[in-house]
Amino acid sequence: MRDRGIILSGLGIFLVLITFPVWWDIAQGKSSKPPELKLPVTAKQCVAPVEFMKTSHMQLLVEWREAVVRNGDRTFHSYDGKTYARSLTGTCLKQCHENKAEFCDRCHSYAGEQGPYCWDCHVDPAKLTLRSSR
Amino acid sequence: MSIHRRGFIQIAGAACALAKLAKGANTRWAMVIDQQKCLKEENCDKCIKACTKTHNVPEIHDRAHEVKWIWKERFENAFNAESVPAVLQGKPVLTFCNHCDNPPCVRVCPTQATWKRSDGIVMMDWHRCIGCRYCVAACPYGSRSFNWSDPRPYIHELNSDYPTRTKGVVEKCTFCEERLAKNQLPACVEACKAKAMVFGDLNDPQSEVRKALGSRFALRRKPELGTKPEVYYLV
Repeated sequence: MRDRGIILSGLGIFLVLITFPVWWDIAQGKSSKPPELKLPVTAKQCVAPVEFMKTSHMQLLVEWREAVVRNGDRTFHSYDGKTYARSLTGTCLKQCHENKAEFCDRCHSYAGEQGPYCWDCHVDPAKLTLRSSR
Repeated sequence: MSIHRRGFIQIAGAACALAKLAKGANTRWAMVIDQQKCLKEENCDKCIKACTKTHNVPEIHDRAHEVKWIWKERFENAFNAESVPAVLQGKPVLTFCNHCDNPPCVRVCPTQATWKRSDGIVMMDWHRCIGCRYCVAACPYGSRSFNWSDPRPYIHELNSDYPTRTKGVVEKCTFCEERLAKNQLPACVEACKAKAMVFGDLNDPQSEVRKALGSRFALRRKPELGTKPEVYYLV
């Protein structure tokens, strides 16, 4: 146990170094702050409960995709008895989340989820006006 | 309960008859093009423009990369005809996906990204297309186009109600299945002021297409291949 001091201080330095990215972000004041999402102004209710959408919106969208493209079933009956068109642009974006950049994109980039290529094909109507004004 | 040979055959026969009845009740979408009416305005391209706008079809002028849903072909090329009446020789004819009853593109697709719906539409699932281009090779009508590059820069007026495609995906005419779902006619048919394009259900004896086909002699493209196109040309 003669080297206790050296070992413990070594371990301490190791811990500080390995958690360095966390300290650095805290010092910069940008860590652990959840993204500020711009919620829809008019619509108050989503097609499914918020908790479900937070965890499973991707499964819902895949189910919509299969239903519309493969089965031609375009009407979605939501849990609260309302009916919606199964349409990413038409329902999700045009009726509620008009600002995709401050809702979808903000959370996706916070979570490091750059993956889904929905928008390579599906059109963001907000970008449409941007494009024509250029 | 035991079943005898005669009983089995009776039940099987009844089942087959029922299945045939149920199948007969299906819709069978088809298009009839009246070549005489279409040729009255030879330079008209309203149907092509309507399709391009509705479906965000990119306008690429390089022939190696162009994307076509509906386009004009010289009559003798479209029909591979040995002899063509002088009135049709060298004249344009509208061509697009024939929505074949026996579609070779469907048979070769390895991912079932293209398939034949029960109403006869040869549909595409662009999410599932892996861009292998087997279907492009299989289609004897050149109705399928491959996106060699991102098509968006070539779309002049983006319609947000319909997706674009992306690089590496094959596309073609879908008989406007998204409009049929809303009880609307295909965009090209709606745009044709000369009423040269007739669309409807071949299984309905009272339909416009049935009446049009009963009125004059009609051709289908390359019938010798056995693909059974559902696009008919009144000549």
